[in-house]
Amino acid sequence: MIELPALGWQSIVIFVVFALSLLIATYCTYAERVIAAFLQDRVGPDRAGPYGLAQPLADAVKMFTKEEFFPGGANKALFIFGPCLAMITALMSSAVIPFGNNMSFGNNAFFLQGIEVNIGMLWVFGVVSLGVYGVMIGGWASNNKFSLLGAVRAASQNISYELAMGMALIAVLMISGTLSLRDITLQQSVAGEWHFWNIVKQPLGFIIFLVCAFAETNRTPFDLPECETELVGGYHTEYSSMKLGLYLFSEYVNIFVVSAVMSVLYFGGFNFPFQYELRDWLVSNHGWELASAQNLITILGTVGLFLKIFAFIFFFMWIRWTLPRFRYDQLMRLGWTILIPLAVINILITGGLILFGVIN
Amino acid sequence: MQLTNRAKKLEKKPMTLAERAYLPAIFQGLSITMRHFFMKKATVRYPEEVRPFAPIFRGLHVLKRDEQGRERCTACGLCAVACPAEAITMVAGERKKGEEGLYREEKYAISYEVNMLRCIFCGLCEEACPKAAVYLQADKIAPPRYERDEFIYGKDRLVEPVSPDERSVRGIQLTPEQADALRNKLAQQPA
Repeated sequence: MIELPALGWQSIVIFVVFALSLLIATYCTYAERVIAAFLQDRVGPDRAGPYGLAQPLADAVKMFTKEEFFPGGANKALFIFGPCLAMITALMSSAVIPFGNNMSFGNNAFFLQGIEVNIGMLWVFGVVSLGVYGVMIGGWASNNKFSLLGAVRAASQNISYELAMGMALIAVLMISGTLSLRDITLQQSVAGEWHFWNIVKQPLGFIIFLVCAFAETNRTPFDLPECETELVGGYHTEYSSMKLGLYLFSEYVNIFVVSAVMSVLYFGGFNFPFQYELRDWLVSNHGWELASAQNLITILGTVGLFLKIFAFIFFFMWIRWTLPRFRYDQLMRLGWTILIPLAVINILITGGLILFGVIN
Repeated sequence: MQLTNRAKKLEKKPMTLAERAYLPAIFQGLSITMRHFFMKKATVRYPEEVRPFAPIFRGLHVLKRDEQGRERCTACGLCAVACPAEAITMVAGERKKGEEGLYREEKYAISYEVNMLRCIFCGLCEEACPKAAVYLQADKIAPPRYERDEFIYGKDRLVEPVSPDERSVRGIQLTPEQADALRNKLAQQPA
């Protein structure tokens, strides 16, 4: 067997994670249309390829061949930089998400995660909050008052919901005592037990996080940055062709990342019930080697994680085609007077429970 | 000022806790959309799948031929008289020697035009025709066109094709069996 240095394996993992985020985000656009159609008793795209599966490709061709348009008096460099920034920030945050446990081949062991850093959660938060610059720059550079208004709305919305999101997260960090996403995941798996997922310990925190995730990704019912009735289109009114495509696409990358973060933080990541029992059973009853049994567990866990992520993505779309958009004052009231106090209460309760040793 | 005593005083009831909590209503909405997810789809995949026409549907006109492939129309003009929209015009001509295989009667239509912009597809021409020559097809809609003059259908587009495979019974395409039967019938007859 060829001896590859650990770094070599890791770079392959990084590449796979990167490609996978892009691929899933691409097919999110297709899934959105199909799910929307199904919820409305329609069939959805079915012309391009079998069951319309080549639809994302057709969309990409359309986006690339559309006319490039720059509004008069706009700052061209910033105008191009806006969608790029939205896309970069969306993709960068997927680097620290642990997609699976250890894999080992001979002497090489590697972890199915792009980069393992101790500040994983902080990284995701920092990078995701940079996404608002993409929207803001896009709206500013468009040289259009409606776009600017849309961008300002987006910025104030994102910032106010990020506060509640961070506070909901603090309760999780109090339980786990670490910012590393890998450690948070591993803490949710205890041999012989399956109810150690954080959702059991943090139901209120999860709901707050979920609502804020909708607002962070600018999805319905919090998709106020784009609004046809008041703002013509929103921060991307002046955008056309692939630049608009990047904005819309980065929304789907964001959905994927947020779904993955939620699965990791609250739903045990790549853990699934009775995984250690399965491994020990394979080793003791079927004479498997411990390493290969662990590899199988890892692969099953990765599949399980992706099922969780897809369930969340479906939930995002399900919500989108069910609920109407919030009014802006309702949105702000929900964020500042309901979610943030609830998050604070959640922190206090969690602190009390930890203090009295109910949860650890 | 009260004008009538029919005015109803609307009372806004205070919301219950469940209503104020907002989430139950959301779950109710979600369950409704989820039910629709599994419902039968109303969409028809059109080019592959065609929705059946109603049995009383009246579509594009056709000028029928008889079993020997001769035009049935004798240009009597009854259809044009019956037409409430005055969409049908025709010019009658006399059959010459040697054209017995083309036209059934001694008089025939040199030109026969239906203006599809005027036509209301009432089917009165079909009822008026004594020679069973004009029919409104039961499975064909007049197609859209770009120019107005393209809506005036002449004999070139109205008269039924000679080939048995392209003929129709009451406007519906012949099945292969029916076409074979017609072909045998035509072969038995003296030219």
